[in-house]
Amino acid sequence: MTLLTLDAIGRSFGAIQALAGVDLSIAAGEVVGLMGDNGAGKSTLAKIIAGNFPPSSGTMMFDGQQVAFARPVDARAVGIEVVYQDLALADNLSAAANVFLGRELHRRIGPFLLLDHSAMQQRATALFRELKSETRAEDLVRQMSGGQRQAVAIARTRLADARLIIMDEPTAAISVRQVAEVLALIGRLREAGIAVILISHRMPDIFETCDRVVVMRRGRKVADKPIAASSPQEVTGLITGALETA
Amino acid sequence: MANVISSDMRRPAWYAGGFFASQTAYVSGALAIIVIIMAALAPVFLSLGNLINVATNFSYIAIVSLGATLVILTAGIDLSVGSVMALTAILTALLLRWTSASPLGAVPGLAMSVAVLGGLLSACGIGLINGLLIARLELTPFVTTLGMLSVARGLCYAITRGAGVAITGGDADLFSSLTDGDILGVPLPLIYLLILAAGMGVFLHHTASGRYVFALGGNERAARLAGVPVARIKTGVYVASALLAGFAGILMAGWLGSVPANLAQGYELRIIAAAVIGGANLSGGIGGPSGAVVGAALIEVIRNGLVLARVDTYWQDTLVGVIIIAAVVVDRLRSRRTGS
Ligand SMILES: Nc1ncnc2c1ncn2[C@@H]1O[C@H](COP(=O)(O)OP(=O)(O)O)[C@@H](O)[C@H]1O
Ligand SMILES: [Mg+2]
Repeated sequence: MTLLTLDAIGRSFGAIQALAGVDLSIAAGEVVGLMGDNGAGKSTLAKIIAGNFPPSSGTMMFDGQQVAFARPVDARAVGIEVVYQDLALADNLSAAANVFLGRELHRRIGPFLLLDHSAMQQRATALFRELKSETRAEDLVRQMSGGQRQAVAIARTRLADARLIIMDEPTAAISVRQVAEVLALIGRLREAGIAVILISHRMPDIFETCDRVVVMRRGRKVADKPIAASSPQEVTGLITGALETA
Repeated sequence: MANVISSDMRRPAWYAGGFFASQTAYVSGALAIIVIIMAALAPVFLSLGNLINVATNFSYIAIVSLGATLVILTAGIDLSVGSVMALTAILTALLLRWTSASPLGAVPGLAMSVAVLGGLLSACGIGLINGLLIARLELTPFVTTLGMLSVARGLCYAITRGAGVAITGGDADLFSSLTDGDILGVPLPLIYLLILAAGMGVFLHHTASGRYVFALGGNERAARLAGVPVARIKTGVYVASALLAGFAGILMAGWLGSVPANLAQGYELRIIAAAVIGGANLSGGIGGPSGAVVGAALIEVIRNGLVLARVDTYWQDTLVGVIIIAAVVVDRLRSRRTGS
Protein backbone atom coordinates (compact mmCIF):
# COMPACT_ATOMS: atom_id res chain seq x y z
CA MET A 1 0.00 0.00 0.00
CA THR A 2 1.44 3.33 -0.99
CA LEU A 3 1.65 5.71 1.95
CA LEU A 4 3.36 8.76 0.52
CA THR A 5 3.52 9.90 -3.09
CA LEU A 6 5.44 12.95 -4.23
CA ASP A 7 4.73 14.21 -7.72
CA ALA A 8 7.15 16.59 -9.42
CA ILE A 9 8.11 18.40 -6.22
CA GLY A 10 10.21 21.52 -6.76
CA ARG A 11 11.47 24.14 -4.35
CA SER A 12 13.48 27.27 -4.91
CA PHE A 13 15.00 29.69 -2.43
CA GLY A 14 15.27 32.91 -4.39
CA ALA A 15 17.58 32.08 -7.26
CA ILE A 16 18.63 28.73 -5.80
CA GLN A 17 16.73 25.75 -7.20
CA ALA A 18 17.07 23.41 -4.22
CA LEU A 19 14.70 20.75 -5.62
CA ALA A 20 13.36 20.12 -9.12
CA GLY A 21 10.83 17.56 -10.37
CA VAL A 22 11.24 15.02 -7.58
CA ASP A 23 8.89 12.02 -7.75
CA LEU A 24 8.92 9.56 -4.89
CA SER A 25 6.62 6.96 -3.45
CA ILE A 26 6.93 5.06 -0.21
CA ALA A 27 4.89 2.13 1.06
CA ALA A 28 3.95 1.41 4.67
CA GLY A 29 6.74 -0.40 6.51
CA GLU A 30 9.26 0.50 3.85
CA VAL A 31 12.66 1.91 4.81
CA VAL A 32 14.02 4.20 2.15
CA GLY A 33 17.58 5.48 2.22
CA LEU A 34 18.00 9.02 0.94
CA MET A 35 21.55 9.83 -0.10
CA GLY A 36 23.34 12.66 -1.80
CA ASP A 37 26.21 15.09 -1.40
CA ASN A 38 25.96 18.17 0.79
CA GLY A 39 23.51 20.60 -0.76
CA ALA A 40 21.85 17.89 -2.87
CA GLY A 41 18.46 18.79 -1.41
CA LYS A 42 17.88 15.94 1.05
CA SER A 43 17.01 18.13 4.03
CA THR A 44 14.87 20.39 1.87
CA LEU A 45 12.87 17.38 0.68
CA ALA A 46 12.51 16.13 4.26
CA LYS A 47 11.33 19.54 5.42
CA ILE A 48 8.71 19.74 2.69
CA ILE A 49 7.32 16.34 3.63
CA ALA A 50 7.34 17.38 7.30
CA GLY A 51 5.50 20.62 6.62
CA ASN A 52 8.33 22.99 7.61
CA PHE A 53 7.69 24.84 4.37
CA PRO A 54 5.60 24.19 1.27
CA PRO A 55 7.00 23.09 -2.11
CA SER A 56 7.21 25.75 -4.84
CA SER A 57 5.68 23.25 -7.26
CA GLY A 58 4.33 19.72 -7.36
CA THR A 59 1.85 17.79 -5.23
CA MET A 60 1.93 15.43 -2.28
CA MET A 61 -0.42 12.56 -1.49
CA PHE A 62 -0.49 10.91 1.91
CA ASP A 63 -2.59 7.84 2.55
CA GLY A 64 -4.55 8.42 -0.66
CA GLN A 65 -5.34 12.05 0.08
CA GLN A 66 -3.76 15.09 -1.44
CA VAL A 67 -2.09 17.07 1.33
CA ALA A 68 -0.62 20.55 1.72
CA PHE A 69 0.95 21.28 5.08
CA ALA A 70 1.11 24.84 6.32
CA ARG A 71 3.00 23.97 9.50
CA PRO A 72 4.80 20.96 11.02
CA VAL A 73 1.80 20.29 13.27
CA ASP A 74 -0.32 19.65 10.16
CA ALA A 75 2.07 16.95 9.02
CA ARG A 76 2.20 15.53 12.51
CA ALA A 77 -1.59 15.40 12.60
CA VAL A 78 -1.64 12.90 9.70
CA GLY A 79 1.20 10.84 11.18
CA ILE A 80 4.43 12.25 9.77
CA GLU A 81 7.15 12.74 12.37
CA VAL A 82 10.71 13.93 12.08
CA VAL A 83 13.77 13.04 14.07
CA TYR A 84 15.89 16.12 13.53
CA GLN A 85 19.54 16.04 12.66
CA ASP A 86 20.43 17.75 15.94
CA LEU A 87 17.71 15.82 17.78
CA ALA A 88 15.88 18.84 19.15
CA LEU A 89 15.65 17.70 22.76
CA ALA A 90 15.59 19.85 25.89
CA ASP A 91 18.54 18.40 27.78
CA ASN A 92 17.52 19.90 31.12
CA LEU A 93 14.41 17.70 31.10
CA SER A 94 14.02 13.98 31.68
CA ALA A 95 13.64 11.47 28.87
CA ALA A 96 9.96 11.07 29.70
CA ALA A 97 9.40 14.84 29.71
CA ASN A 98 10.98 15.07 26.28
CA VAL A 99 8.97 12.19 24.90
CA PHE A 100 5.77 13.89 26.03
CA LEU A 101 6.81 17.49 25.33
CA GLY A 102 3.87 19.29 23.77
CA ARG A 103 1.45 16.41 24.45
CA GLU A 104 1.64 15.90 28.20
CA LEU A 105 -0.76 13.58 29.96
CA HIS A 106 -2.86 15.14 32.69
CA ARG A 107 -4.97 14.11 35.60
CA ARG A 108 -7.63 16.20 37.22
CA ILE A 109 -7.26 17.10 40.87
CA GLY A 110 -10.25 19.14 41.96
CA PRO A 111 -10.40 22.10 39.63
CA PHE A 112 -6.78 21.66 38.53
CA LEU A 113 -5.36 19.86 35.55
CA LEU A 114 -1.96 18.59 36.69
CA LEU A 115 0.72 16.55 34.96
CA ASP A 116 0.30 12.82 35.34
CA HIS A 117 3.95 12.04 36.03
CA SER A 118 3.54 8.35 36.71
CA ALA A 119 1.48 7.68 33.59
CA MET A 120 4.04 9.46 31.42
CA GLN A 121 6.89 7.67 33.16
CA GLN A 122 5.26 4.29 32.62
CA ARG A 123 4.37 4.96 29.01
CA ALA A 124 7.88 6.23 28.24
CA THR A 125 9.43 3.23 29.98
CA ALA A 126 7.23 0.93 27.90
CA LEU A 127 8.29 2.73 24.71
CA PHE A 128 11.96 2.37 25.56
CA ARG A 129 11.45 -1.30 26.33
CA GLU A 130 9.66 -1.74 23.03
CA LEU A 131 12.62 -0.11 21.30
CA LYS A 132 14.90 -2.37 23.34
CA SER A 133 16.77 0.70 24.51
CA GLU A 134 18.38 0.98 27.92
CA THR A 135 17.27 4.58 28.24
CA ARG A 136 15.64 5.27 31.60
CA ALA A 137 12.57 7.47 31.49
CA GLU A 138 13.49 9.51 34.57
CA ASP A 139 17.08 10.32 33.55
CA LEU A 140 17.97 13.79 32.35
CA VAL A 141 18.76 13.94 28.65
CA ARG A 142 21.89 15.93 29.53
CA GLN A 143 23.43 12.79 31.03
CA MET A 144 22.66 10.60 28.04
CA SER A 145 24.81 9.15 25.30
CA GLY A 146 24.10 9.91 21.66
CA GLY A 147 22.39 6.55 21.18
CA GLN A 148 20.09 7.10 24.12
CA ARG A 149 19.20 10.54 22.81
CA GLN A 150 18.25 8.93 19.51
CA ALA A 151 16.04 6.54 21.41
CA VAL A 152 14.33 9.48 23.12
CA ALA A 153 13.77 11.24 19.80
CA ILE A 154 12.42 8.05 18.25
CA ALA A 155 10.23 7.27 21.25
CA ARG A 156 8.67 10.70 20.70
CA THR A 157 7.59 9.63 17.24
CA ARG A 158 6.29 6.28 18.49
CA LEU A 159 4.15 8.03 21.04
CA ALA A 160 2.42 9.91 18.29
CA ASP A 161 1.61 6.68 16.44
CA ALA A 162 3.54 7.97 13.48
CA ARG A 163 3.10 6.27 10.12
CA LEU A 164 6.07 7.85 8.43
CA ILE A 165 9.22 8.84 10.26
CA ILE A 166 11.88 10.96 8.64
CA MET A 167 15.33 10.67 10.17
CA ASP A 168 17.85 13.27 9.06
CA GLU A 169 21.37 11.94 9.61
CA PRO A 170 20.62 10.13 12.88
CA THR A 171 24.03 8.49 12.91
CA ALA A 172 26.14 11.52 12.06
CA ALA A 173 27.47 12.24 15.55
CA ILE A 174 27.45 9.01 17.49
CA SER A 175 29.77 6.10 18.19
CA VAL A 176 29.88 2.80 16.34
CA ARG A 177 28.04 0.87 19.01
CA GLN A 178 25.33 3.48 19.13
CA VAL A 179 24.99 3.42 15.35
CA ALA A 180 24.16 -0.27 15.64
CA GLU A 181 21.60 0.61 18.30
CA VAL A 182 19.94 3.20 16.08
CA LEU A 183 19.85 0.90 13.07
CA ALA A 184 18.24 -1.74 15.24
CA LEU A 185 15.64 0.83 16.28
CA ILE A 186 14.85 1.46 12.62
CA GLY A 187 14.40 -2.26 12.11
CA ARG A 188 11.86 -2.28 14.92
CA LEU A 189 9.96 0.59 13.34
CA ARG A 190 9.73 -1.39 10.11
CA GLU A 191 8.37 -4.41 12.00
CA ALA A 192 5.69 -2.13 13.41
CA GLY A 193 4.65 -1.24 9.84
CA ILE A 194 6.05 2.28 10.00
CA ALA A 195 7.65 3.77 6.91
CA VAL A 196 11.05 5.40 7.41
CA ILE A 197 13.03 7.83 5.30
CA LEU A 198 16.61 7.56 6.45
CA ILE A 199 18.92 10.36 5.35
CA SER A 200 22.52 9.40 5.81
CA HIS A 201 26.01 9.91 4.48
CA ARG A 202 27.09 6.52 5.68
CA MET A 203 26.90 3.85 3.03
CA PRO A 204 26.88 0.93 5.53
CA ASP A 205 23.84 2.38 7.33
CA ILE A 206 21.87 2.43 4.12
CA PHE A 207 22.91 -0.97 2.88
CA GLU A 208 22.30 -2.63 6.25
CA THR A 209 18.86 -1.20 6.96
CA CYS A 210 17.09 0.06 3.89
CA ASP A 211 14.81 -1.63 1.40
CA ARG A 212 15.43 0.99 -1.23
CA VAL A 213 17.94 3.69 -1.94
CA VAL A 214 17.16 7.05 -3.48
CA VAL A 215 20.03 9.24 -4.63
CA MET A 216 19.76 12.99 -5.06
CA ARG A 217 22.14 15.22 -6.96
CA ARG A 218 21.79 18.99 -7.27
CA GLY A 219 18.12 18.91 -6.40
CA ARG A 220 17.17 16.07 -8.70
CA LYS A 221 16.50 12.42 -8.06
CA VAL A 222 19.08 10.48 -10.05
CA ALA A 223 18.35 6.97 -8.82
CA ASP A 224 15.65 5.02 -7.00
CA LYS A 225 16.14 1.29 -6.75
CA PRO A 226 15.93 -1.70 -4.43
CA ILE A 227 19.01 -2.14 -2.25
CA ALA A 228 19.50 -5.63 -3.65
CA ALA A 229 19.80 -4.22 -7.15
CA SER A 230 22.43 -1.65 -6.23
CA SER A 231 25.86 -1.50 -4.68
CA PRO A 232 27.86 0.98 -2.62
CA GLN A 233 30.12 1.55 -5.64
CA GLU A 234 27.18 2.43 -7.84
CA VAL A 235 25.66 4.75 -5.24
CA THR A 236 29.01 6.49 -4.71
CA GLY A 237 29.22 7.07 -8.44
CA LEU A 238 25.70 8.46 -8.47
CA ILE A 239 26.36 10.80 -5.56
CA THR A 240 29.54 12.22 -7.04
CA GLY A 241 28.17 12.42 -10.56
CA ALA A 242 30.62 9.88 -12.00
CA LEU A 243 27.46 7.98 -12.96
CA GLU A 244 24.71 10.10 -14.50
CA THR A 245 21.74 7.89 -13.60
CA ALA A 246 20.96 4.28 -12.76
CA MET B 1 31.07 11.68 25.70
CA ALA B 2 30.03 9.76 22.59
CA ASN B 3 31.80 6.72 24.01
CA VAL B 4 29.70 6.41 27.09
CA ILE B 5 27.99 3.08 26.85
CA SER B 6 24.45 3.11 28.05
CA SER B 7 24.65 0.12 30.35
CA ASP B 8 27.59 1.68 32.18
CA MET B 9 25.58 4.70 33.19
CA ARG B 10 24.62 4.16 36.77
CA ARG B 11 22.13 6.20 38.63
CA PRO B 12 23.94 8.69 40.85
CA ALA B 13 23.75 8.23 44.64
CA TRP B 14 20.94 10.18 46.31
CA TYR B 15 23.31 12.83 47.62
CA ALA B 16 24.93 13.32 44.21
CA GLY B 17 21.77 13.89 42.22
CA GLY B 18 18.60 15.95 42.30
CA PHE B 19 18.21 18.63 44.94
CA PHE B 20 21.25 17.62 46.96
CA ALA B 21 23.57 18.23 44.03
CA SER B 22 22.00 21.57 43.16
CA GLN B 23 23.36 25.01 43.79
CA THR B 24 20.24 25.71 45.83
CA ALA B 25 21.25 22.94 48.24
CA TYR B 26 24.74 24.16 48.99
CA VAL B 27 23.63 27.77 49.18
CA SER B 28 21.09 26.59 51.78
CA GLY B 29 24.02 24.98 53.59
CA ALA B 30 26.00 28.21 53.39
CA LEU B 31 22.98 30.11 54.69
CA ALA B 32 22.68 27.80 57.69
CA ILE B 33 26.38 28.19 58.51
CA ILE B 34 26.22 31.98 58.21
CA VAL B 35 23.19 32.09 60.47
CA ILE B 36 25.04 30.03 63.10
CA ILE B 37 28.15 32.18 62.90
CA MET B 38 26.06 35.33 63.13
CA ALA B 39 24.10 34.03 66.10
CA ALA B 40 27.39 33.29 67.84
CA LEU B 41 28.97 36.67 67.06
CA ALA B 42 25.91 38.84 67.65
CA PRO B 43 23.28 37.23 69.88
CA VAL B 44 20.89 40.06 68.97
CA PHE B 45 20.69 38.49 65.50
CA LEU B 46 18.45 35.74 66.88
CA SER B 47 16.22 38.17 68.77
CA LEU B 48 12.63 37.97 67.69
CA GLY B 49 12.56 41.59 66.60
CA ASN B 50 15.58 41.20 64.38
CA LEU B 51 14.38 37.94 62.86
CA ILE B 52 11.03 39.49 61.99
CA ASN B 53 12.85 42.44 60.53
CA VAL B 54 15.05 40.21 58.37
CA ALA B 55 12.12 38.04 57.31
CA THR B 56 10.05 41.04 56.27
CA ASN B 57 12.88 42.69 54.38
CA PHE B 58 13.88 39.62 52.49
CA SER B 59 10.30 38.71 51.61
CA TYR B 60 9.92 41.76 49.34
CA ILE B 61 13.06 40.86 47.42
CA ALA B 62 12.25 37.15 47.36
CA ILE B 63 8.74 37.65 45.98
CA VAL B 64 10.11 39.61 43.04
CA SER B 65 12.94 37.13 42.75
CA LEU B 66 10.38 34.38 42.14
CA GLY B 67 9.33 36.23 39.00
CA ALA B 68 12.93 36.92 38.06
CA THR B 69 13.57 33.18 38.34
CA LEU B 70 10.69 32.40 35.97
CA VAL B 71 12.12 34.81 33.43
CA ILE B 72 15.66 33.52 33.89
CA LEU B 73 14.39 29.95 33.41
CA THR B 74 13.45 30.91 29.86
CA ALA B 75 16.95 32.36 29.37
CA GLY B 76 15.54 35.88 29.60
CA ILE B 77 16.11 38.71 32.04
CA ASP B 78 13.82 41.37 33.52
CA LEU B 79 15.63 44.53 34.58
CA SER B 80 12.44 46.55 34.96
CA VAL B 81 11.24 44.94 38.22
CA GLY B 82 12.49 47.65 40.60
CA SER B 83 10.73 50.36 38.59
CA VAL B 84 7.59 48.26 38.28
CA MET B 85 7.51 47.84 42.07
CA ALA B 86 7.59 51.61 42.47
CA LEU B 87 5.14 52.46 39.69
CA THR B 88 2.61 49.89 40.89
CA ALA B 89 2.90 51.13 44.47
CA ILE B 90 2.48 54.75 43.37
CA LEU B 91 -0.53 54.03 41.17
CA THR B 92 -2.11 51.96 43.93
CA ALA B 93 -1.60 54.76 46.46
CA LEU B 94 -3.03 57.37 44.07
CA LEU B 95 -5.97 55.15 43.17
CA LEU B 96 -6.64 54.54 46.84
CA ARG B 97 -6.78 58.29 47.40
CA TRP B 98 -9.28 58.73 44.53
CA THR B 99 -11.45 55.73 45.27
CA SER B 100 -11.63 56.61 48.94
CA ALA B 101 -12.96 60.04 48.06
CA SER B 102 -15.44 58.54 45.56
CA PRO B 103 -18.70 56.70 46.35
CA LEU B 104 -16.64 53.50 46.44
CA GLY B 105 -15.27 54.72 49.76
CA ALA B 106 -18.65 54.11 51.37
CA VAL B 107 -18.23 50.32 51.34
CA PRO B 108 -15.40 49.20 53.62
CA GLY B 109 -12.63 47.51 51.66
CA LEU B 110 -14.06 48.33 48.24
CA ALA B 111 -11.89 51.40 47.64
CA MET B 112 -8.82 49.39 48.60
CA SER B 113 -9.75 46.40 46.43
CA VAL B 114 -10.25 48.61 43.40
CA ALA B 115 -6.98 50.44 44.05
CA VAL B 116 -4.96 47.24 44.48
CA LEU B 117 -6.59 45.67 41.43
CA GLY B 118 -5.86 48.79 39.40
CA GLY B 119 -2.25 48.76 40.53
CA LEU B 120 -1.79 45.10 39.66
CA LEU B 121 -3.50 45.67 36.32
CA SER B 122 -0.97 48.35 35.46
CA ALA B 123 1.86 45.99 36.42
CA CYS B 124 0.25 43.35 34.23
CA GLY B 125 0.17 45.86 31.37
CA ILE B 126 3.87 46.61 31.69
CA GLY B 127 4.66 42.89 31.80
CA LEU B 128 2.53 42.39 28.73
CA ILE B 129 4.39 45.10 26.84
CA ASN B 130 7.74 43.59 27.84
CA GLY B 131 6.54 40.11 26.92
CA LEU B 132 5.04 41.02 23.57
CA LEU B 133 8.10 43.02 22.53
CA ILE B 134 10.35 40.11 23.47
CA ALA B 135 8.22 37.18 22.32
CA ARG B 136 6.58 38.61 19.20
CA LEU B 137 9.01 41.24 17.95
CA GLU B 138 11.94 39.16 19.21
CA LEU B 139 13.71 42.10 20.82
CA THR B 140 16.41 41.11 23.28
CA PRO B 141 15.13 40.89 26.87
CA PHE B 142 18.06 42.88 28.20
CA VAL B 143 17.48 45.95 26.06
CA THR B 144 13.68 45.80 26.23
CA THR B 145 13.51 45.61 30.00
CA LEU B 146 16.36 48.11 30.41
CA GLY B 147 14.20 50.51 28.42
CA MET B 148 11.18 49.64 30.54
CA LEU B 149 13.23 50.21 33.71
CA SER B 150 13.73 53.78 32.57
CA VAL B 151 10.19 54.30 31.26
CA ALA B 152 8.53 53.09 34.47
CA ARG B 153 10.90 54.99 36.76
CA GLY B 154 10.41 58.11 34.67
CA LEU B 155 6.65 57.74 35.07
CA CYS B 156 7.09 57.44 38.84
CA TYR B 157 8.82 60.80 38.98
CA ALA B 158 6.55 62.44 36.42
CA ILE B 159 3.35 61.34 38.17
CA THR B 160 4.48 62.30 41.66
CA ARG B 161 6.56 65.31 40.58
CA GLY B 162 9.31 63.64 42.54
CA ALA B 163 7.45 63.64 45.84
CA GLY B 164 6.05 60.71 47.79
CA VAL B 165 2.42 59.55 47.81
CA ALA B 166 0.96 58.75 51.20
CA ILE B 167 -1.42 55.85 51.80
CA THR B 168 -4.56 57.70 52.84
CA GLY B 169 -8.33 57.22 52.91
CA GLY B 170 -10.83 55.23 54.92
CA ASP B 171 -9.23 51.91 53.93
CA ALA B 172 -5.71 52.95 54.92
CA ASP B 173 -5.77 50.92 58.12
CA LEU B 174 -7.17 47.87 56.38
CA PHE B 175 -4.51 48.25 53.68
CA SER B 176 -1.82 48.45 56.30
CA SER B 177 -3.07 45.40 58.18
CA LEU B 178 -3.25 43.31 54.99
CA THR B 179 0.21 44.31 53.80
CA ASP B 180 2.20 44.89 56.94
CA GLY B 181 0.31 42.80 59.48
CA ASP B 182 1.15 39.41 60.88
CA ILE B 183 -0.48 36.09 61.68
CA LEU B 184 0.57 34.72 65.08
CA GLY B 185 3.64 36.89 64.89
CA VAL B 186 4.67 35.73 61.43
CA PRO B 187 4.91 38.78 59.17
CA LEU B 188 2.39 38.73 56.33
CA PRO B 189 4.95 39.41 53.58
CA LEU B 190 6.70 36.19 54.58
CA ILE B 191 3.41 34.30 54.47
CA TYR B 192 2.60 35.72 51.05
CA LEU B 193 6.08 34.74 49.90
CA LEU B 194 5.73 31.16 51.07
CA ILE B 195 2.31 30.79 49.44
CA LEU B 196 3.57 32.26 46.18
CA ALA B 197 6.71 30.12 46.23
CA ALA B 198 4.67 26.97 46.83
CA GLY B 199 2.27 27.95 44.06
CA MET B 200 5.16 28.54 41.71
CA GLY B 201 6.63 25.16 42.61
CA VAL B 202 3.37 23.44 41.75
CA PHE B 203 3.09 25.44 38.53
CA LEU B 204 6.63 24.61 37.41
CA HIS B 205 6.63 20.93 38.22
CA HIS B 206 3.03 19.87 37.88
CA THR B 207 1.58 21.78 34.94
CA ALA B 208 2.33 21.58 31.24
CA SER B 209 2.93 25.33 31.06
CA GLY B 210 5.46 25.09 33.85
CA ARG B 211 7.25 22.32 32.04
CA TYR B 212 7.27 24.47 28.89
CA VAL B 213 9.08 27.18 30.83
CA PHE B 214 11.90 24.70 31.45
CA ALA B 215 11.78 23.35 27.91
CA LEU B 216 12.04 26.86 26.52
CA GLY B 217 15.16 27.56 28.55
CA GLY B 218 16.67 24.17 27.74
CA ASN B 219 16.18 24.26 23.98
CA GLU B 220 13.85 26.83 22.49
CA ARG B 221 13.97 25.31 19.03
CA ALA B 222 13.08 21.87 20.35
CA ALA B 223 10.18 23.37 22.26
CA ARG B 224 8.96 25.13 19.13
CA LEU B 225 9.23 21.96 17.05
CA ALA B 226 7.32 20.02 19.70
CA GLY B 227 4.44 22.44 19.33
CA VAL B 228 5.02 24.34 22.58
CA PRO B 229 3.33 27.77 22.39
CA VAL B 230 6.65 29.53 22.77
CA ALA B 231 5.47 33.12 22.37
CA ARG B 232 2.64 32.66 24.84
CA ILE B 233 4.88 31.12 27.50
CA LYS B 234 7.50 33.82 27.04
CA THR B 235 4.94 36.59 27.28
CA GLY B 236 3.51 34.87 30.34
CA VAL B 237 6.75 34.86 32.31
CA TYR B 238 7.23 38.62 31.83
CA VAL B 239 3.65 39.24 32.91
CA ALA B 240 4.21 37.05 35.99
CA SER B 241 7.46 38.85 36.75
CA ALA B 242 5.77 42.27 36.56
CA LEU B 243 2.80 41.10 38.62
CA LEU B 244 5.02 39.75 41.39
CA ALA B 245 7.06 42.96 41.32
CA GLY B 246 3.87 45.00 41.51
CA PHE B 247 2.57 42.91 44.39
CA ALA B 248 5.83 43.33 46.32
CA GLY B 249 5.69 47.07 45.61
CA ILE B 250 2.21 47.22 47.11
CA LEU B 251 3.42 45.34 50.20
CA MET B 252 6.29 47.79 50.59
CA ALA B 253 3.86 50.69 50.28
CA GLY B 254 1.90 49.27 53.21
CA TRP B 255 5.06 48.82 55.23
CA LEU B 256 6.31 52.36 54.58
CA GLY B 257 2.89 54.03 54.79
CA SER B 258 3.82 56.12 51.78
CA VAL B 259 5.54 55.60 48.46
CA PRO B 260 8.58 57.66 47.52
CA ALA B 261 9.28 58.04 43.79
CA ASN B 262 12.61 56.28 44.29
CA LEU B 263 11.07 53.22 45.95
CA ALA B 264 13.07 50.06 45.19
CA GLN B 265 15.49 51.98 43.02
CA GLY B 266 18.40 49.68 42.12
CA TYR B 267 16.62 46.65 43.57
CA GLU B 268 16.69 44.82 40.23
CA LEU B 269 20.30 43.85 40.81
CA ARG B 270 19.65 42.45 44.26
CA ILE B 271 16.58 40.62 42.93
CA ILE B 272 18.39 39.03 40.02
CA ALA B 273 21.37 38.33 42.29
CA ALA B 274 19.08 36.48 44.70
CA ALA B 275 17.80 34.26 41.89
CA VAL B 276 21.29 33.59 40.57
CA ILE B 277 22.79 32.91 44.00
CA GLY B 278 19.92 30.51 44.63
CA GLY B 279 20.86 28.54 41.53
CA ALA B 280 18.98 30.03 38.60
CA ASN B 281 21.20 29.66 35.56
CA LEU B 282 21.23 32.78 33.37
CA SER B 283 21.56 30.65 30.26
CA GLY B 284 18.15 29.18 31.06
CA GLY B 285 16.52 25.91 31.99
CA ILE B 286 17.74 25.60 35.58
CA GLY B 287 16.31 27.15 38.75
CA GLY B 288 13.27 27.22 40.96
CA PRO B 289 11.34 29.02 43.68
CA SER B 290 13.34 27.58 46.58
CA GLY B 291 16.47 29.03 44.98
CA ALA B 292 14.94 32.49 44.85
CA VAL B 293 13.89 32.26 48.49
CA VAL B 294 17.23 30.92 49.72
CA GLY B 295 19.22 33.39 47.60
CA ALA B 296 17.22 36.36 48.85
CA ALA B 297 17.52 35.10 52.44
CA LEU B 298 21.29 34.74 52.13
CA ILE B 299 21.69 38.29 50.84
CA GLU B 300 19.46 39.74 53.55
CA VAL B 301 21.09 37.78 56.37
CA ILE B 302 24.51 38.99 55.28
CA ARG B 303 23.29 42.56 54.93
CA ASN B 304 21.74 42.34 58.36
CA GLY B 305 24.92 40.82 59.76
CA LEU B 306 26.96 43.69 58.39
CA VAL B 307 24.63 46.16 60.02
CA LEU B 308 24.78 44.36 63.35
CA ALA B 309 28.56 44.16 63.06
CA ARG B 310 28.52 47.91 62.39
CA VAL B 311 30.27 47.51 59.08
CA ASP B 312 29.97 50.59 56.92
CA THR B 313 26.79 50.08 54.83
CA TYR B 314 28.68 51.20 51.75
CA TRP B 315 30.40 47.82 51.75
CA GLN B 316 27.12 45.94 51.30
CA ASP B 317 26.94 46.11 47.52
CA THR B 318 30.55 45.02 47.24
CA LEU B 319 29.93 42.01 49.41
CA VAL B 320 26.73 41.05 47.59
CA GLY B 321 28.69 41.17 44.34
CA VAL B 322 31.38 38.93 45.80
CA ILE B 323 28.74 36.43 46.89
CA ILE B 324 27.17 36.34 43.44
CA ILE B 325 30.51 35.64 41.81
CA ALA B 326 31.44 33.09 44.47
CA ALA B 327 28.15 31.20 44.04
CA VAL B 328 28.61 31.04 40.28
CA VAL B 329 32.25 30.01 40.60
CA VAL B 330 31.38 27.20 43.00
CA ASP B 331 28.64 26.07 40.63
CA ARG B 332 31.04 26.07 37.69
CA LEU B 333 33.70 24.12 39.59
CA ARG B 334 31.11 21.61 40.69
CA SER B 335 29.67 21.06 37.23
CA ARG B 336 33.16 20.71 35.80
CA ARG B 337 33.94 18.03 38.34
CA THR B 338 30.79 16.04 37.67
CA GLY B 339 31.09 16.73 33.95
CA SER B 340 27.51 17.78 33.54
N1 LIG C 1 16.30 28.08 3.95
C1 LIG C 1 17.09 28.12 2.85
N2 LIG C 1 17.36 29.29 2.26
C2 LIG C 1 18.15 29.33 1.16
N3 LIG C 1 18.72 28.27 0.60
C3 LIG C 1 18.51 27.08 1.17
C4 LIG C 1 17.69 26.94 2.33
N4 LIG C 1 17.63 25.63 2.66
C5 LIG C 1 18.39 24.98 1.76
N5 LIG C 1 18.92 25.85 0.86
C6 LIG C 1 19.77 25.49 -0.28
O1 LIG C 1 19.17 24.41 -0.94
C7 LIG C 1 20.14 23.48 -1.34
C8 LIG C 1 19.84 22.12 -0.76
O2 LIG C 1 20.09 22.14 0.65
P1 LIG C 1 19.77 20.93 1.60
O3 LIG C 1 18.41 20.44 1.31
O4 LIG C 1 20.04 21.39 2.98
O5 LIG C 1 20.87 19.87 1.19
P2 LIG C 1 21.33 18.54 1.92
O6 LIG C 1 20.49 18.31 3.12
O7 LIG C 1 21.18 17.49 0.89
O8 LIG C 1 22.78 18.74 2.27
C9 LIG C 1 21.48 24.04 -0.93
O9 LIG C 1 22.05 24.71 -2.04
C10 LIG C 1 21.13 25.00 0.17
O10 LIG C 1 22.07 26.04 0.21
MG1 LIG D 1 21.08 18.15 5.36
